[in-house]
Amino acid sequence: MDVLFRNVKELVERAENENKLISEIMIEQEMLITQRSREDIMVQMERNLTVMEEAVEKGLKGVHSVSGLTGGDAVLLQAYIEKGNSLSGTLMLDAVSKAVATNEVNAAMGTICATPTAGSAGVVPGTLFAVKNQLKPTREQMIRYLFTSGAFGFVVANNASISGAAGGCQAEVGSAAAMASAAIVEMAGGTPQQSSEAFAITMKNMLGLVCDPVAGLVEVPCVKRNAMGASNAVVAADMALAGVTSRIPTDEVIGAMFEIGQSMPSALKETAKGGLAATPTGKWLESKIFGGSVVGSGR
Amino acid sequence: MKFKSVFDIIGPVMIGPSSSHTAGAARIGRVARDLFGRQPAWAKIHLYGSFAETYKGHSTDVAIVGGLLDYDTDDERIKTSFEEAAEAGMEFEFIPETGHTDHPNTARVVVGDSHSEMSMVGISIGGGKIEITELNGFPLRLSGNHPAILVVHDDRSGCIANVSNCLYKYDINIGHMEVSRRQKGEMALMVIEVDQTVERSIMDELRQLPNITQVTRIAD
Repeated sequence: MDVLFRNVKELVERAENENKLISEIMIEQEMLITQRSREDIMVQMERNLTVMEEAVEKGLKGVHSVSGLTGGDAVLLQAYIEKGNSLSGTLMLDAVSKAVATNEVNAAMGTICATPTAGSAGVVPGTLFAVKNQLKPTREQMIRYLFTSGAFGFVVANNASISGAAGGCQAEVGSAAAMASAAIVEMAGGTPQQSSEAFAITMKNMLGLVCDPVAGLVEVPCVKRNAMGASNAVVAADMALAGVTSRIPTDEVIGAMFEIGQSMPSALKETAKGGLAATPTGKWLESKIFGGSVVGSGR
Repeated sequence: MKFKSVFDIIGPVMIGPSSSHTAGAARIGRVARDLFGRQPAWAKIHLYGSFAETYKGHSTDVAIVGGLLDYDTDDERIKTSFEEAAEAGMEFEFIPETGHTDHPNTARVVVGDSHSEMSMVGISIGGGKIEITELNGFPLRLSGNHPAILVVHDDRSGCIANVSNCLYKYDINIGHMEVSRRQKGEMALMVIEVDQTVERSIMDELRQLPNITQVTRIAD
């Protein structure tokens, strides 16, 4: 199958040689592979954007999961922002609260758009709807944000992994945060190379993150990891826009993420057997929710 | 390349909480129903690896049952699929297994009714994408790098020619193809990896060909 890029290096080179945005290369590749029209593809992505908006809106009104482990934190954060005394700043906390909102909706079995997965669905929309207030993008630029995120996610999914069961949380929230970071840079007017640097800086700081969901639920620590993924994405985007670069090339960082995922024990890859899931409180919550037998015969 | 479309990365739109364990699971259930060709009367679902360890927390069980009821990943009825299954008269059982499998998110779905039974193995590879790796004991050897369809047919001459002619008509190039059968004259199947996406209308046309029992997409 012919593709326009197989790794980040090819993606950035193509964008810079043709003087195009990374989002444009992604749209062109999608047209090439699926033989669909540009309009068709843009319409589908706008539908995804709308789902994301609705999820954030719902989460900011306050939702709670069936288990009671998560919910309501997005509301707390918005109320705190309103007071105007936040230490990390309005944009940062807004991104965090909207990432949390999305994942609280996800945990409550609401409708979300996976980016790249459901457990990591908060980072890309959370950062998008926060930077939106400052950068004032057009609707098309917001759709393009998702294509830029998708272009980087495409490389990670094919060259490493976006599955917590295969690569740990670094593959999920790590990938989501790095994707978002690259997209912020494009929306803020940075170069394709700066998007790549932001991606690398974010991913490097998510390496090794394990997937250890308490009681096997996509709640603890997933929701708060989306919050931190969003903050990582914003900081790394600023660093890249300031001219900071990664000493390790982006594709090698992705390779390292894959290798780390391979050598991670299965107890730390979405089996709920290690890490936070195996703490006394994690175990207690598990037995409280499932009555002591999480693994047994079908219910 | 396992992931081909940007919508594999930004998408699917789905009911939470997990793309691999909920959306992927729903898709595995739906392909099983598709291959079986009708609503099964019963289903036995064997879960392996991370699926076995965390299926309740991830709602993998309601998602697979939802898929067996033909629900898409964003269908709100997934949440109440157990009740819907009872109403539809479908019995089901989940069996967490301890055996090792090649992929951490593996499900063997055995479905049946008074007419026949079918066994299928599906894996959820992340972001909601799935692959079908076995059908009725036939291993489906896919490279995983191309879209693939599965054609179940009666072992009669001309079937393979008819299918490949139909694909040729729509300019769909076959990259790899495997044919196998249980016994001469009995059930046979073709696994066809192609370079282009096979649209629903073409799948419908394939289904109309003589001696074809089932056509389904097993990788896209």
